[in-house]
Amino acid sequence: MASCRVPLVLLACGSFNPITNQHMRLFELARDHMHSTGRFEVVGGIVSPVSDGYGKQGLVPAKHRISMAKLALQSSNWVTVDEWESQQPDWTETVVTMRYKTHLLYGLKTATFGKSRLRSVNRFLESPTTLKRKYSGKISKYSSLKAQNTKLTRPFPQLKLLCGADFLSSFKIPGLWLDDHVEELVQRFGLVCVSRGSLQPERAVHESDTLFRHRRNVFLVREWVRNETSATEIRRALRRDQSVKYLIPDSVIEYIHQHELYTEDSERRNEGTALRPLIKQAHQPIKSLDD
Amino acid sequence: MENPTTSKVVLLACGSFNPITNMHLRMFELARDHLEDTGQYSVIKGIISPVGDAYKKKGLIEASHRVEMARLATESSEWITVDSWESQQSDWVETSKVIRHHYEELLAREHNRDDVDTIKYTKKRRIEENYIASSVHHRKRDGPQLMLLCGADVLESFGIPNLWKQEDIAEIVGRYGLVCVTRSGGDPHKFINQSDDLWKYRKNIHVVHEWVTNDISATHVRRALRRGRSVRYLLPESVVRYVQEHSLYSAESEQKNADVVLAPFQKYSDASTSG
Repeated sequence: MASCRVPLVLLACGSFNPITNQHMRLFELARDHMHSTGRFEVVGGIVSPVSDGYGKQGLVPAKHRISMAKLALQSSNWVTVDEWESQQPDWTETVVTMRYKTHLLYGLKTATFGKSRLRSVNRFLESPTTLKRKYSGKISKYSSLKAQNTKLTRPFPQLKLLCGADFLSSFKIPGLWLDDHVEELVQRFGLVCVSRGSLQPERAVHESDTLFRHRRNVFLVREWVRNETSATEIRRALRRDQSVKYLIPDSVIEYIHQHELYTEDSERRNEGTALRPLIKQAHQPIKSLDD
Repeated sequence: MENPTTSKVVLLACGSFNPITNMHLRMFELARDHLEDTGQYSVIKGIISPVGDAYKKKGLIEASHRVEMARLATESSEWITVDSWESQQSDWVETSKVIRHHYEELLAREHNRDDVDTIKYTKKRRIEENYIASSVHHRKRDGPQLMLLCGADVLESFGIPNLWKQEDIAEIVGRYGLVCVTRSGGDPHKFINQSDDLWKYRKNIHVVHEWVTNDISATHVRRALRRGRSVRYLLPESVVRYVQEHSLYSAESEQKNADVVLAPFQKYSDASTSG
């Protein structure tokens, strides 16, 4: 008998520069919350560190950020690290990462769309509208797969984006997000947003028509513990040779010392360069015609 | 690490530790960084002293569990240890007495270190006399100092009637010293300013600003556990496991001592009412 709870996977994108206890708390809080709604069963969590192409100031090489995340999550039996995004040469839009992961979850990695087997992973990354347009004939196969899926006793898990409240407010920053992507993010996927401190995610939902329209797919989780430990603060403490014990796992602290990460020099990396999304999306019209 | 020109310091934290959290442990790290940053001190040891069950605080679970959790939590630390002396006393022990006990132990260890094994009896007796004399003058420049480590809430609790004896407060700040780590929402400087006793010994009160608020209170942790919520990453992993294995912290455990008066209030109000 199929359980009426929808299986759910939570995906967190971010710099993870470095990963902290606070990041890992996000997953725990989100899982507890989604379980308590009675509608979901969280079956997995994914940490997806951004690629070096993001161009954020102070970003240390992806290979280190991946290693640290793996060390931190060694003791977790449900959250894993995904390297795909970090391995892409250019920064990848969040929505594209989510499309990719969704396709993997659906097991369509080697599905045949058209005559030839899909070689390039980029084909998975097209928007639903584009897919429909390009593969209209084959799309029925896709939708029948989907239909079969719902008949399964255990449907494929849904993927939702896990984030902090500051992420939600970032939708407002000009040039950082494409309107279409925000729409797809909340409509097709959904957000689980964990807030702490003074940021009010309810306000961000209220102030955005897109978010408001899909507010039922935006889950707000409040963290009552005032905990402002952030990766920025961790890096600052490390630069000043102050202790970060009990803020990040011991194994990550060891790794940082071994590889001498997070110095004044590392913090200056990418100084003066604009964030990649702002450049990549600068010349795009507001409504993207073709993804 | 032990620079001859710096004073050696041992930090002692008293409290319920019900349970110990990452925030308690952070307090030690912040205090050490702060003191050593002044260039005047070298922090050689940290001691966690969980309070005895006789404290009668609401929701206080057995000392044996609290001590064990603290031990698990400090396993990975090179300098923080747990001491169960206070928790083993049948009556509640005033903080000033706990400090005195640990200071005397500290001095004894220092003297033992200086002793040569082949020391003669007479020489040993002279040393013992010196030790007794020195225990009166706690501020020997070359001797180790013991400072009480606490949050701003403890500092401000000095103002709560019948919770502390005035002479104890004077002894703690006057003879030993206080390292106060500010949690969010406190203003220790204002509090020190408003108290003549504290103002007099302000040089012995080290206020450490925790720029990054880390409000993981044990109260919050217990609440989360009662509601079946995860507390991972708020406490060390080994402590989370221990709590799960022993099914600690339920609605029932929180009701413990609910109708009992806190030990200090009992003790001091008895004293004030007695003729």
